[in-house]
Amino acid sequence: MSGDKSLLSKPEQAARLQETKRNLLLCTPALIVLLFAASGPLLVMLFYSFLTPGDYGGVKYQLSFDGWFNVFLVRDIFDDVLSIADAHLSIFWRSIRLSIMTTVACILFGFPTAYFIATRPRQNRNFWLFLVTIPFWTNLLIRTFAILEMVRNHGVVNNLLMDMGLIQEPIQMLYTDFAILLGMTYVYLPLMILPLYASMEKLDFSLVEAAYDLYATRIRVLRKVIIPLIKPGIVAGSILVFIPSLGAFVTPRVLGGGKNLMLGNLIELQFDQGQNWPLGAALSITLLFIVMVALLLYVKNAQRSGIQHD
Amino acid sequence: MSHSVSIQANQVSKIFGHDKDEVVALDSVSVEILENEFFTLLGPSGCGKTTLLRLIAGFEHPSSGDILLNGESISALPPFKRPVNTVFQNYALFPHMTVAENIGFGLSMQDKPSDEIDATVSEMLALVQMEALRDRRTDQISGGQQQRVALARALAPHPRVLLLDEPLSALDYKLRKGMQIELKRLQLETGITFIFVTHDQEEALTMSDRIAVMNKGQILQVGSPHDIYDRPSERFVADFIGDTNFLTAELIDSNADSSVLKLSSGKTLSSGPSQSALNSMVNITIRPEQASLTDDADLADLRGTVTNVLYSGTDSQFHIKLDSDEDFVAKVQNSGSSRRDWQAGQTLGIKIQPGAVQILRD
Repeated sequence: MSGDKSLLSKPEQAARLQETKRNLLLCTPALIVLLFAASGPLLVMLFYSFLTPGDYGGVKYQLSFDGWFNVFLVRDIFDDVLSIADAHLSIFWRSIRLSIMTTVACILFGFPTAYFIATRPRQNRNFWLFLVTIPFWTNLLIRTFAILEMVRNHGVVNNLLMDMGLIQEPIQMLYTDFAILLGMTYVYLPLMILPLYASMEKLDFSLVEAAYDLYATRIRVLRKVIIPLIKPGIVAGSILVFIPSLGAFVTPRVLGGGKNLMLGNLIELQFDQGQNWPLGAALSITLLFIVMVALLLYVKNAQRSGIQHD
Repeated sequence: MSHSVSIQANQVSKIFGHDKDEVVALDSVSVEILENEFFTLLGPSGCGKTTLLRLIAGFEHPSSGDILLNGESISALPPFKRPVNTVFQNYALFPHMTVAENIGFGLSMQDKPSDEIDATVSEMLALVQMEALRDRRTDQISGGQQQRVALARALAPHPRVLLLDEPLSALDYKLRKGMQIELKRLQLETGITFIFVTHDQEEALTMSDRIAVMNKGQILQVGSPHDIYDRPSERFVADFIGDTNFLTAELIDSNADSSVLKLSSGKTLSSGPSQSALNSMVNITIRPEQASLTDDADLADLRGTVTNVLYSGTDSQFHIKLDSDEDFVAKVQNSGSSRRDWQAGQTLGIKIQPGAVQILRD
C-alpha cells in the first residue's frame, strides 16, 4: 500500500485518509461492544478455567488443571482412581443430540412455512413474516412456562385427551427429552424460517416449472432443484438454530426438570450450587469448542455437496 | 408433411382471478396444430398466446374446454406426465448443474439408463454445436449458448411437441437471425411439432408453416405466412403484420369468387369475395409495396399529393394525402428504371396492382 501512495495525488491521499478515518469511526461502537462483552469475558473464562475453586464460589488465584480435568474425568473420592466422567459425557451427548433433533425439526416445520410465504403474492408476504415474528414479543421464560402448561400431567393436552376418553392416565410429557425438543423447536423455529424464506424468495420459480416440465415429479423437483438451490438458506438457518440449542438453558431447565440436563444447565450448576467456577469455565470453553468444530464440519460439508450461490 | 392433428384446443377458456378482478386470458379458443408443423402464436403482449402455451405445457389448467394431444385429452395431466417440453423465455437453466447435466435432466427424470442418457446428451450437444462446452456451468456461457442448451435440454427427451416461449427475445439482432435459421433446421431435422410464441411478426413470417394471430384472448386468423400477409381477414391482423393502408370503398358487385369495389376516386377495382351487403361501405387494405406511382393522375386508381418522402436504402416511402382526405403510403423500390423522384407537394396518381385489395371483415 505504501508503494502505491507515491502514485497518488495529494487530494487522493487526503480522500483516502478521510475514508479510513470514517470507516474506523463506523466500526468503533461495535468493536467496543465486542471487546467488552465478548472477547473480554471469554478471556476471563479461559483464565478462570486454570484456577482453583474458591470455598464459597469464586476462584483462588492458584494455578490448577483440575477444572479441565474434571470436564472429562472423575477422581474417585476413596481410592483416587480416575475414570471417564460418564455424567458429563452423557450430558454432552444429550445436548448435541437434542440440538441436532431441534435443527432437523425446525427444517421440517420451517421449510413448508417458508415455501408458503415465498409463494404468496409479494404484497402479502410481509404480513406472513410479521406473524412469524409474533412469538418474539413475549419473554422467553413466559413462553416456556406456557408450553409447560400445555404438556404437564394435568395440563391442557392431557386433560383434553382424558376428557375425550382416549387415555385413562396422563401421558408423562413434561420433564422428558420430548418436552425439551418441543420447547426448543418452538423457540428457535423463526430463526430457521427467516433465512429459509430469504433464499426461497430469490429462487427463480421458472426453474421449478422447467424441472416439472422435464418429467420430474413433485418430490424430485424438491430434491433435485429446490433444495440444492436454497441450500445457503438451510445452512444459515441450521447454524442459527443449532448454536443456541446447544447452549440452551431456560428451556431444558423448565421443561426438562432437574434430571434432563443440557450443557447450559450443567455450566449453570457449576457457577451456582456446585461452586466450582473453574469447572464451569472449562465446560463453557468446551461448549464453544464443540460449536466451532460442528460449524466447521457443517459448512465444509455443505460447500462440498452444494454450490457457490451468487 | 403428414397431416394428422398433434395438438387440438377445443373451446379453451382461461380466466384468472375471480369476481371483480376477473381477467379473461383466453376466450373460447379453438385451434388445430398439425404433426411436424412449425406453428406460431403471434400477438401483442397480453393477447393470451403465452397462456395458451402454458395450458398446453400443463402449468395452467383450462377454466373450460379441452386440450388434446394426438386425440387424447391431456387437460388433467400434470406437466411431468405430458410428452411436451418447453423452452423458456429466460431459458431457466439449472444453475447448479453443468451443461451436460442440464441436457440430461429430462432423461434422468424418466429413469433412463445412464449410458443412454450420455449418448443422447452427446447427440444433442452435436445437434446444437456445443460439444466443447459439455462440462461448463451454465453461468459460464454466453446468452446465445444458453439458448442452445435450453433447446437441447427440451429436445433431449424427444417430446412430441416442443413449446417455445419467445425464446429469441433476449438475444441481440445478429444472434436472433442466426437462431431463427437454427430453429427451423432443428425442427426439420427432428420432425417434432414446434409451437412458437412471439410478438415479432417478422420472426413469425420467417419461420412458420402456419401462424395464428391472436388478440385479446382470441385467435383472429390462422394461415400460412402468405395467407396472413396477403389476405388478412380483419383490420387488426393487417395492421399487426407489416405496414399497410386502410381505405373505405363501396361494394358494388359481389359473387362467390370475386367482388367489385368503387373507390373514393370513383374508379373501380376487383377483389376477393365478400360477405358484406351490396352497396355498403367496406374497409379495405392495400400493402404499400403493392401500389405504384405515376404522373398520369387521371388514369390511375387513386390521386393525391405527396406530403413526405422517406428514403430507407432499398426503398423509398411516399406519404400521400389522397383527394378523399385519406392517408396513403406507397413503397417504391430504389432499383429498376421506374421514376421515383417525386417531391413533397407534387400531385400524382397511384396504381393498385391486381389482387392487392383485401376486404376486411370488420
